Amino acid sequence: MAAATQDTAVSSGKITRVFIYLVLLLSALFYLLPFFVMVVNSLKPLDEITGGNMMALPQTWTIEPWLKAWSTAQIGVEATGLKPYFLNSILMVVPAVVISTGLGALNGYVLTKWRFRGDTILFGLLLFSCFIPFQIVLIPMATILGKIGLAGSIPGLVLVHVVYGVGFTTLYYRNYYASFPNELVRAAMIDGAGFFRIFWRIMLPVSGPITVVSVIWQFTNVWNDFLFGASFGGQTQPMTVALNNLVQSSTGVKEYNVHFAGAILAALPTLLVYIVAGRYFVRGLMAGSVKG
Amino acid sequence: MANYASGADFRTKLQGWIPKLVLSPSIAMMLVFVYGFIIYTVYLSFTNSKMLPKYDLIGIDNYVRLWGLSTWWTAVTNLAIFASLYIIICTVIGLTLAILLDQKIRGEGMLRPIYLYPMALSFIVTGTAWKWFLDPGIGLENTMHLWGWESFEFNWIKDRNMAIYTIVIAAVWQTSGFVMAMFLAGLRGIDNEILKAAQIDGASNWQLYRRIVIPMLRPAFLSAFVILAHLAVKSYDLVIALTGGGPGRATELPATFMYSYTFTRNQMGTGAASAVIMLMTIAAIMMPYLYAELKEKP
Repeated sequence: MAAATQDTAVSSGKITRVFIYLVLLLSALFYLLPFFVMVVNSLKPLDEITGGNMMALPQTWTIEPWLKAWSTAQIGVEATGLKPYFLNSILMVVPAVVISTGLGALNGYVLTKWRFRGDTILFGLLLFSCFIPFQIVLIPMATILGKIGLAGSIPGLVLVHVVYGVGFTTLYYRNYYASFPNELVRAAMIDGAGFFRIFWRIMLPVSGPITVVSVIWQFTNVWNDFLFGASFGGQTQPMTVALNNLVQSSTGVKEYNVHFAGAILAALPTLLVYIVAGRYFVRGLMAGSVKG
Repeated sequence: MANYASGADFRTKLQGWIPKLVLSPSIAMMLVFVYGFIIYTVYLSFTNSKMLPKYDLIGIDNYVRLWGLSTWWTAVTNLAIFASLYIIICTVIGLTLAILLDQKIRGEGMLRPIYLYPMALSFIVTGTAWKWFLDPGIGLENTMHLWGWESFEFNWIKDRNMAIYTIVIAAVWQTSGFVMAMFLAGLRGIDNEILKAAQIDGASNWQLYRRIVIPMLRPAFLSAFVILAHLAVKSYDLVIALTGGGPGRATELPATFMYSYTFTRNQMGTGAASAVIMLMTIAAIMMPYLYAELKEKP
C-alpha cells in the first residue's frame, strides 16, 4: 500500500492504479469516439464512407462536404446550405441572451437587496417555470405569437427564449448577490444613492463571474434549442432545425459526409464557448442544480 | 423592506416602488406565458379541440381516451424504461468516474473536459452522430465486420424491441459527464479528517466509500436525480434526431406523442391532456425539491 496522499485519504496499490487509469482512459475513448468519427468522416468523399471503415482516416482528404453543408446543401425545399440558418441562430441568440441576462441581473438584485413581502413565493414560481415541460405551453404560445404577428419570426423566437430563460438567469444572480454584504448596499443608501446608482456602481462591477456563467448558459441553451425553433421558427428556422431537416431529408442519396460537416457546424459555437470558458460552463451547470 | 435615511416624501415613495417596477416585467411575463398558458392548456384538455382550440367543456373524455390509446401506453412505457435506465446508468457512471478521478490522477485536467464536452452539444447533434454510429450498414457493426469479427451484430436501432435502448445510450453519453462533475464537486467537499479517522480505525477503502463517502454524497445524489428525471421527461429532440420515434412507433415518448397528436394529427384536446400529464409528472419530482431548497435559505 502506498502512503496516504494529501488530496484524498484513500490510498491504493500499484495494480489498482493501473486499473483506474485503464478505466479512465477507456471512458475518455467512449466520449471522444462519436465526435472523432464525425470529424474524420466529414473529411472523406462519400464513396469512402459507404464502401469503407468509419474508423479509418480519409485516403483522400477533402473539405468539399464542409463547403457543401455551408452553402449548397438542400435544406427542405431550397438548396441554400446551412449558412442562412446559422445567421438566423445568431440573430436569435444575441438579443435573447442579452435581454434575459439583463433582466436576470436586475431581478436578482431586487430579490436579494430590496426584499419585500412575498418575494420568496415569486421567486419560487419563477424557479418552477424553468423546469416545466415546454409541451404545456406550445399550444397557447402558437396562438399568441400568431395574434401578435410574431409567428415564424426572429423576434418571436427571441421573446420565447427570454420568457423561458429569465428564470434561470434570475436564479444565478439571486444566489450570487445573496452572498454580497448587505451593509455595503445599506451604507450607499444612507449616502443617498438610489436603486439604479447602487446597481451600476456597486453590484455590476462585482458581477463579472456570474455574468459569464449566465451568458454561457443562455447561449448554449438557446443555440441548442430545437423544440421552439421547430414549432415557431416558420421560415426563419434556427440551425438545429435546419440540421435536422438536412439529415432527415429522404430525397436523393444520403450524403453522410455533408451531414457530419453540418452537425459539426451546428455544434461549433457551443463547443468553442466550452473550450474557451469550460470552467464557467461547469459552474453554470452546477449553479442550476446544486446550491452554490 | 428597504430603509430610507432621508429624502422628500415623493422621492422616498418612488424609491420604494422602483424595485417592484423593475421586477414586474419578468413577473408579468411569467404569469402570462407560464402560469396563464398552463391554465389555458389545462382548460383545452377538457374541451373537444381538434385542429383549432374550442371552448365548450366535455369533461374528462380526453383523459379517458388518452389512457385507452395504445400509442400513449407505448410512450409511457418507453418513458419508464428510458428514464429508469438513464438515471441509474448516468448515476453509476458518474459516481464511478468521479471516485476514480478523485484518486490523485495525473492528467485530471485533461480528462474532465473530455467527459463533459458532450453536454455542450445539442441533442440534435448527438442524435445525428449516434444515429450513424449505430447504423448497422455503415457504423459500428460494419466496422467490426471489416476488422474481421464477422459474426458481430448490433442492429438495435432497427429493432423495434431494442431501439429505445439506443436512446438510453446516446442520452447517457451526453449527460453522464455532467453527473460526474456533480459528484466530483461533492467528493471535493468532504472533509479528509473524517476519512483519515476511519482509516485509523481500520476501515478498508471499500468500507470507507460504502459507509462514509457515499452516504455523505446524499445532496449530490438528490440533485442528480432531480436533474436527470426532469431531462428524461422532457426528452424530445434526441428521439427526433436519433430514431424519429421509430421504427414504427417503437421509441415514441410522451413529448413526441404530444407534438404529433396536437400538430400533425389535429387532436389538440388529447395532445393538451398528454401535456398536462407530463407537467404533473415534473411537478411531482420538482415541487418537493424546490420547496426544500427555498425553505433552507429564505
